[in-house]
Amino acid sequence: MDSALASDTPYLRETVRTALKILVVGHFAVGKTTFVGTLSEIRPLRTEERMTQAGALVDDLAGIEDKTTTTVAMDFGRLTLSDSLVLYLFGAPGQQRFTRLWDDLARGALGALVLVDTARLKQSFEIMDLVERQGLPYAVAVNHFDASPRFPDAEVREALDLAPGTPLVSCDARDRRSSTQALISLVDHLLTLDPETP
Amino acid sequence: MTRRRNERALVRPHVVTGGRAHPTRNVFDLVTLVIFNGDLPRHAGGTTPQTPRQPLSTAGLSPEKLRIIELCRGGALSVVEIAGHLGLPVGVTKVLLSDLVDDGHLTTRAGSADGRQSRVRLLQEVLDGLRARL
Ligand SMILES: Nc1nc2c(ncn2[C@@H]2O[C@H](COP(=O)(O)OP(=O)(O)OP(=O)(O)O)[C@@H](O)[C@H]2O)c(=O)[nH]1
Ligand SMILES: [Mg+2]
Repeated sequence: MDSALASDTPYLRETVRTALKILVVGHFAVGKTTFVGTLSEIRPLRTEERMTQAGALVDDLAGIEDKTTTTVAMDFGRLTLSDSLVLYLFGAPGQQRFTRLWDDLARGALGALVLVDTARLKQSFEIMDLVERQGLPYAVAVNHFDASPRFPDAEVREALDLAPGTPLVSCDARDRRSSTQALISLVDHLLTLDPETP
Repeated sequence: MTRRRNERALVRPHVVTGGRAHPTRNVFDLVTLVIFNGDLPRHAGGTTPQTPRQPLSTAGLSPEKLRIIELCRGGALSVVEIAGHLGLPVGVTKVLLSDLVDDGHLTTRAGSADGRQSRVRLLQEVLDGLRARL
């Protein structure tokens, strides 16, 4: 009884046992969707979370029609990293008012990659506060837009007030290699944060 | 089948268990893996690898739950993929899934592992997997 839906669906390998997530965050139009799409092995999917004006998540079908709820879209993609391990990337909206959604996204996440545009560095402050408040370890990737000014790393670090250990890399979200490299920098960083086990 | 939600539903424990003894509503993470239970041995005795999966009766299930079962029958997916494929909000999907898990139609596989030792090993595995893509 295979439906058309089921046969078109990219299911996980039967051997997958562990699913991890990394958040790809940043201000409006910084390249989150592009980044997730570049790396995903499945057609990136978009899903919605409904929230009340007060910021609570709606988990009732009846709530969908409610005019007092707002919809927050997030995109996500998937990378199979081994027979047993799959990684999900979430492109997350950067607004503070979506705190509840953020709690859900951040819980159990390995860390976050913060995309920034040097032409709009200031716009990244809010999202960096959010990431830090969630206690998520992160790396910063400068997504290079052609028209954006190039600054020395030290200046970007200072502007964003990065801790000395926080990786700062540059990437092109349209390029698979470059985007993979940015993720690697983040995971490398995560490993240095975890004390070696004896 | 009316539901009343409250604040409790928003407090979810960190560790995902697949236990059926408790209401599972609060334990779904976005990347919790969901697996169809159609060939559970406890019904339709004598299920062999050759016979097609035999689902529990789906009589009385809502259209949304039937769509979830139909989708999950094909293989494993994460919670957020199920929501994405079916065009349902994540919160709603979690509630429907937890009912289906409680009823025995679906089962879950814990996503992220806890514990320091396994975390370092996991991160190394992630790193290896990413490097292999370069
Ligand atoms: N030059 C250049 N353009 C990029 C890069 N990444 C994304 N873009 C372009 O920038 C625009 C915005 O990219 P999106 O991926 O939609 O950005 P987003 O962060 O998902 O945007 P919102 O979801 O609306 O906040 C698109 O037109 C992309 O093609 C990049 O690395 N370099
Ligand atoms: Mg986007």
